[in-house]
Amino acid sequence: MSTATTTPTSNVTKRLGAIGKAREFGILLALVIVIIAATAANPNFLFSADGWRDLLLTPSILVLVAVGQAIVLITRNVDLSVGSVLGLTAYLTGRLFIDFPGIPIIAVFVIAVAFGGVLGLINGALVAFAKVPAMVITLGTLYAYRGINVLWTGSDRINASDLPKSFLALGTEQFLTIPILTIIALVVLIIAGWYMKNTRGGREFYAIGSDPAAAELYGLRVTRRLLTAFLLSGALAGLGGVLYAARYGTINSQAGSGWELDAVGAAVIGGVAIVGGVGSVWGAAIGAVLLLTINRALPILGIPDFWQRAVVGVLIIGAIVLDRVLAVRQKRKLIEARDDS
Amino acid sequence: MTIPPGAADPAPALELRDIRKSFGSVVALRSGTIEVDAGSIHALVGENGAGKSTLVKIVAGLYRRDAGVFRLEGAEVDFTSTADSKAAGIAVIYQEPTLFPDLSVTENVFMGRQPVGRFGRIDRKAMRAEVDGLFQRLGVRIDPDRPADGLSIADQQVIEIAKAISLDAKVLIMDEPTAALSGVEVDRLFQIARSLRDEGRAIVFISHRFDEVFDLCDTVTVMRDGAYISTSRIADTNVDEIVRQMVGRDVTELFPKQETTIGDPLLEVEGLTSAGIFHDITLTVRSGEIVGLAGLVGAGRSEVARAIFGVDHYQSGTVRLNGKPVPAKSPTAAMRLGLALVPEDRRKQGLVLDSSVSRNTTLAIREQLAKFGIITSGFENRAARVWASRLEVKTNALSTVAGTLSGGNQQKVVLGKWLATEPTVLIIDEPTRGIDVGTKAEVHRLLSELAGQGMGILMISSELPEVLGMADRVLVMREGRITAEIDRADATSENVMFAATHAEEQHS
Repeated sequence: MSTATTTPTSNVTKRLGAIGKAREFGILLALVIVIIAATAANPNFLFSADGWRDLLLTPSILVLVAVGQAIVLITRNVDLSVGSVLGLTAYLTGRLFIDFPGIPIIAVFVIAVAFGGVLGLINGALVAFAKVPAMVITLGTLYAYRGINVLWTGSDRINASDLPKSFLALGTEQFLTIPILTIIALVVLIIAGWYMKNTRGGREFYAIGSDPAAAELYGLRVTRRLLTAFLLSGALAGLGGVLYAARYGTINSQAGSGWELDAVGAAVIGGVAIVGGVGSVWGAAIGAVLLLTINRALPILGIPDFWQRAVVGVLIIGAIVLDRVLAVRQKRKLIEARDDS
Repeated sequence: MTIPPGAADPAPALELRDIRKSFGSVVALRSGTIEVDAGSIHALVGENGAGKSTLVKIVAGLYRRDAGVFRLEGAEVDFTSTADSKAAGIAVIYQEPTLFPDLSVTENVFMGRQPVGRFGRIDRKAMRAEVDGLFQRLGVRIDPDRPADGLSIADQQVIEIAKAISLDAKVLIMDEPTAALSGVEVDRLFQIARSLRDEGRAIVFISHRFDEVFDLCDTVTVMRDGAYISTSRIADTNVDEIVRQMVGRDVTELFPKQETTIGDPLLEVEGLTSAGIFHDITLTVRSGEIVGLAGLVGAGRSEVARAIFGVDHYQSGTVRLNGKPVPAKSPTAAMRLGLALVPEDRRKQGLVLDSSVSRNTTLAIREQLAKFGIITSGFENRAARVWASRLEVKTNALSTVAGTLSGGNQQKVVLGKWLATEPTVLIIDEPTRGIDVGTKAEVHRLLSELAGQGMGILMISSELPEVLGMADRVLVMREGRITAEIDRADATSENVMFAATHAEEQHS
């Protein structure tokens, strides 16, 4: 037991808090630097109506998917099926408009999000009840959901002309110069961030990821929480799917393929620990913005195509190394704090 | 014993009667019985493997009993999960507390039942205020906002206790809470325990330290071999009597140790130290000798074995085998020099459970078996057959998956694996843990035979009869130090147990 003479709120906690915030601040700083550099090379990157719009619009859908992914990662699981879920719901969205002319847009949203949620729930049930690692389960459903998509779509594709104008407008329209898509992503982000920080459910996600065995001993409802995490991830990928349809208008059977890796990458870059328990949906969201903004900035900065993918790789590895270094430093400080007190 | 006001019902707070629990063919608990009154501290003592932990896990809702009566305040209960047990007002503090390392101390105390306000928002202020109150009451100063990661075991236990109090637990079980604590920390813990007792809570205190049991507790229940032995009031008993009840077994019959001629030193360890784990370990194992390393779980015995074999690092000291230095941190080098380690946890450290018996048996000699870098199953089987028949591994085929064998046969496979390397010194950690009596005797006969052929054996064991029956010399460890060295002729349950539990008197 500590025989400390310091006040309960010691400097250590403050310093540690600073490190934690520094992680998200660092990634935000990197984003600002990228934007400044790209703008310096070509002022239109930021200071033009299109530049500003693209900056906000491009990452919006990935932000949604990355938020869902972050929630799953925080519970020490992973959802590799999000790209397939997104593709499948995007196609479903198109079919709904074609097969049920005049269907209200809001109904399409509800159906697509619910559909994504069901797909996520299937993942969650397999992970929670079959006790198979999420990596394996969701790798399986990645192919399974994509397979269903290919079976359903065939060589068919949905074109912008099949979709109602008012729906397509959602994908491009702005409100006070801010794209609607970005506003939706931001609202979801704020709600998810609040939930993860301030509710029992949110905190239990962190607890489960921090030490699953302890979560069992605490009597937490681990199964229920895992189902919820996968449900949320699926539902957000579903929402992403509707918005994908609105934004791009063209949907074939390969829509959203590869997005799972971008989502995991965004979360990791944003400081979500791959082993769970650490990170925030805010970090993951900023990571998503950084990832896609870099992709757009590199050509402007004159960096050859070949290097662009490599930069993303460096970013991910760099983020993981940074997290590891910070974790080791934090551990040392915490032990020092204990010995001091 | 203080009875809480208004408690007309004389039913004990916690009552377990003739509880039975087995895992497959292994009976962990034959008849667990304990009766704990509210407002008292009840000690539960017994050797390692006496069934205390199993009993605790049944109370905690981790295991379900096979048979027996389990009552709380007179009402029969049946828990299917830890949440049930918690809801019924039971808190268990394990030897190694289980906290969420990434979360703050405050969150750890309240996880799963945080005070919430509108929209399910956690009321952090209320939570913080309650933790401050709890810590003040417990008289501790832990920063409530720091993560649990990096806290000392003592502080982690305090958090567990704070949790139990905030739950308003009626029954508090502490499983060897003092094992990792310093003197001051123990005093603090006892103070807390007494104040909780005076509030009318029932406390079960599991400990191997008799001075603590006699200092703190009101009643003591002794268990042995998975069964209840006795319950007495502390005032009516003494250490000698309890130790007798704990070990009370006829030791000599079980272990037909051969007389061997003890030769030259083979393994010489000098001043081995690893900060915080073990200190200044010096020991010698001679040819033909079985040296028993006794002590309580957590005394640092396995860690010493791992360091000698080169698995774990150590700061200072030397290890020599046949006069040659054994380099630190290289199990491969240790193996080449003729050292073998049969680890404590055979399922995790000793076997590749999904592989066949023959592959497991030949794992340590695969390099010798390979021809041009290729090992065929023919080579494996030929080599494995020799050991399987010599050790009488009971299995239908050498291709059987090791994980499906019984504990005893698994242990034989692990032994075979290491004997195949033809070691000069064998370190064996808990040679007979969790295996049936018949196979136990076989393992003992084998060890005795090996010593007869001139091998040196360092045997770590938590089972006193095994140590007393097998070892030519007994070294006793307590809290990372060797506290006694006793010759076979002088070793008794009492003096070994004493050295394992009372450090000071035995320091020389």
